[in-house]
Amino acid sequence: MPTTTLHIRRGGPGEAPRHDVFELAFEPGESVLDALRRLRVTDDPTLAFRYACLNANACKECMMLLDGKVVYACTARLEARDMRLDPLPNKTLLRDLATVIAPPDERLD
Amino acid sequence: MYAAIEAVRQGAASVLLLDRSLIGRGGATVMAQMTVAAAVGPGDDWRHHLADTLTAGRGLCDPALAALLCEVGAECILEMDRWKVGWARAGNGFASVQAPGHDRARCVYVDFLSTGPAVSKALRAQVQRVGDAIRRVGEVLVTDLVVQDGRVTGAVALHVASGAALTVAAPATIIATGGLTRLYARNSASANMSGDGYALALRAGATLLDMEFVQFFPIGHLAPRLIGMDPIMWDPFRYKLGGRLLNGAMQEFVGRWGGDAENGTYSTTRDLATYAITKEVEAGRGSPSGGAWLSFTHVPAAELRAAFGPVIDRLAANGIDLTRDCIEVSPIAHYHMGGVRVDTAMRTDVPGLLCAGEAVGGANGANRLSGNAITEALAFGRLAGAEAARQVAEGAPAFDVAAARPALALLAAEGPAVNTAALVARLQHIMAADVGPFRTAEGLARAAAALATLRAEVGEDPPGTPGLAHDLARQDWLDLRQMLLVAESVVVAATARTESRGAHQREDFPEMSAAWERNLPLRLRAGVPELA
Repeated sequence: MPTTTLHIRRGGPGEAPRHDVFELAFEPGESVLDALRRLRVTDDPTLAFRYACLNANACKECMMLLDGKVVYACTARLEARDMRLDPLPNKTLLRDLATVIAPPDERLD
Repeated sequence: MYAAIEAVRQGAASVLLLDRSLIGRGGATVMAQMTVAAAVGPGDDWRHHLADTLTAGRGLCDPALAALLCEVGAECILEMDRWKVGWARAGNGFASVQAPGHDRARCVYVDFLSTGPAVSKALRAQVQRVGDAIRRVGEVLVTDLVVQDGRVTGAVALHVASGAALTVAAPATIIATGGLTRLYARNSASANMSGDGYALALRAGATLLDMEFVQFFPIGHLAPRLIGMDPIMWDPFRYKLGGRLLNGAMQEFVGRWGGDAENGTYSTTRDLATYAITKEVEAGRGSPSGGAWLSFTHVPAAELRAAFGPVIDRLAANGIDLTRDCIEVSPIAHYHMGGVRVDTAMRTDVPGLLCAGEAVGGANGANRLSGNAITEALAFGRLAGAEAARQVAEGAPAFDVAAARPALALLAAEGPAVNTAALVARLQHIMAADVGPFRTAEGLARAAAALATLRAEVGEDPPGTPGLAHDLARQDWLDLRQMLLVAESVVVAATARTESRGAHQREDFPEMSAAWERNLPLRLRAGVPELA
């Protein structure tokens, strides 16, 4: 199986940003979301990102930056190379890859 | 959302619409890419739809709830049309297809794979048109209902985005949380369907029904890896084009396991198709990834393009050419027939607590007819909303925060670090291994023991500290608390039902028994789900 190296931005607002590095084997065709969900099980359950549907591209929650470009993690495929994941830059950071994307009139505050 | 709209229409001045994810984007509706059953065609009548629903339910449907599903559901479909959902047209009416188990073409749709998302979107737009009477707040995970003197008066919740604990006061509360598909690793709904509503209702003192009936969808996508698509997307195309189910040796096999020979049509009900695929795999004749082949190679390319439309291009992006390639499919957890026991006004056994949608038990009996899930969500939402408005007008006791203290204490607790994501995966593995479509006493006992071990590892308090934004580890713990209770409920009910009926198949009791033509109610006693 090929191996990918994910550089994942970690931390919340006000924390010094860092990128944690995870290497993982993948089945060709798997998505970035597949990898993130697997990393929570195998490595770090605190890794924060957003998703509701499972690889169907229906909920549109899993938007993030892959190598600086906005993607849906569920439709971006894993590749056997270094891949950098960052939260959306124009949204308020919650933690790690999760940002505030709810419409303003559907938020608690 | 239908409940909120109806509550305001019936006079409620203030509705709070909470969703644990973003509103209208999680759950099952948005994933339902197929069709919606409703007697809205010329010559059809909701009584015909009811007859088919009762037949599919194998004697266990609550006929009054099933009748409401069919009658009110048809009205909702027409109302959704006025709300511009965009049902596909044919001639002067709606385009429709005949799904398995229906006596005629009765399943309306929007377009290709957009039916569920279109329903969600139309409801969202209608909720917005209602205006300020409905306050929408997403990312609120309700962890407990608040009960005062036997009546539900509100809820305690986690605000996911901030990690703050919340209390909600409500004279009437409607559970519309959907089913329990997340108990299974392979499932066709969203990741947020953890059976929350069942656990909330149980803890509040309500009764659940028929928890053993988990519907497995026979042809969930298995291989090759497919992304950006719904795993049950193949089904509507099977209706339209008569996709062939083949074993590892590329032979048709459904007839061998008691189904009718399909002869190029799609006539096998879901439980039979699930049985046939599973048995063929057990007999060593499965496809390479452990399922069956689904083939459209007999269909000319132009016809494929006409039926699949833009989906053909999305498949091509996944490296699949249907004129040449078969794909592999296998059963996948799809829906739950059981749920909270309600009366015809959607009232649970607990005053102040109502229920709507898939979370309701009893309407679909032992097996749900294709297309009934969205119909049920709309119809029961409308009924529950109307009843909630009536109850609010009657008045209710004031919310007392003292009654919320135990639930708030849980959200403030600081437990030891534990890999909750791995524990969720283990629960899903336990359920898939021994509480799938085919059960035995031995397997169910194994599952019960494994769940007990898991419960001990999960512990009494959520890991880490409260107040962290988007804390998935802690959120998974809160979900595990609910998932364990719901999984235990399924195991208790599946163990008790020593017969095979619809979606509940006992390999050690393969026959359907007239003595078991009854529902299994279940309640919580001293924290343990027990048959009532």
